[in-house]
Amino acid sequence: MIEATTGQIWTIILSMAAGTFLIRFAFLGFVGDRPLPDWLLRLLRYTPVAVLPAVVAPMLLGHGENAFDPLRLGCAAATIAVGILTRNVLWAILIGLGLFFGLGALIG
Amino acid sequence: MFKSPASRQFLIGIKDGLPFHIVLWPFAAIFGAIATQAGLNIVEVMGFSVLVIAGSAQLAALQLMTENAPTVIVIATALAVNLRMGMYSASITPHIGKSSLLTRAFAAYMLYDQPYALSTIKFEKEPDLTVSEKLGYFFGVAIPLGIGWYALTFTGAVLGEKIPTDLGVDFAVPITFLAVVSPMLKTLAHLAAALTSVVLVLALSFMPFGSGLLVAAAVALVVGAQVEIWMEKRKAAL
Repeated sequence: MIEATTGQIWTIILSMAAGTFLIRFAFLGFVGDRPLPDWLLRLLRYTPVAVLPAVVAPMLLGHGENAFDPLRLGCAAATIAVGILTRNVLWAILIGLGLFFGLGALIG
Repeated sequence: MFKSPASRQFLIGIKDGLPFHIVLWPFAAIFGAIATQAGLNIVEVMGFSVLVIAGSAQLAALQLMTENAPTVIVIATALAVNLRMGMYSASITPHIGKSSLLTRAFAAYMLYDQPYALSTIKFEKEPDLTVSEKLGYFFGVAIPLGIGWYALTFTGAVLGEKIPTDLGVDFAVPITFLAVVSPMLKTLAHLAAALTSVVLVLALSFMPFGSGLLVAAAVALVVGAQVEIWMEKRKAAL
């Protein structure tokens, strides 16, 4: 159970809200329509492929309670394979989730 | 209505966002349910989902709060989880930076993983879209998913213990991230960036507050760009 006071809870909520907004607003707000240099644009094009795998990898291959779970690893591999072969996000999601919940229900 | 090019893109955005609802709805409901069970009231739970609107940071904060971690640690950890969105902000600015301050502020409020990722894919495929078409698409993805996020958080908070929280939904969100990234792995440079990101984040898992993620992502950006430069040079030399 959470023992924090109402004041502490709202401090957390409001600080997270303000901080998260400032992080998201940082470049949109303060750079706006000023042109960015080419070398920076080249770097930024790799943002999704540089960030999202780093979010997922620890859940699959790190120290978490579900890391190295064969079902999760298999479904992750299937999702990646379908995504690469079809170049289609929807198919990759449907097959990945379908396998995970389908096989999960079968295996129990 | 829905005749202008921007509103047409808004509709396409709504459509492209549909598969993500399957994943975000249960995730939101579970956040609402476990937050209520942990002792937060509905206003506090909704405060998180409406004001912060960042699922993984909200869950991280909730986890630490139930462990009665100091307030400062809760805030620092949750914000560290969200720092990657600073990279999203930089990356999307060349596309929608030429809009009013109010529009940019609203876009920043909604700059979470799914609308960011879908928009990047779209803008790369169709670089000739105008700024208002790009904004139309972005908000077409972001607004319905955001509304779903609020509504299902509320449902989860009201139903509380009636929501089963152990269905493996935690894995549904990573699946969608993989589904978004893998179609992007179309050049050696993209592949190299993704591999660098995975290897480094695992090697740096000792770093506090998940800060290894930021280092891994930053190095992966550089690797991607460098490999791209090499490939271009090789092509020019042939």
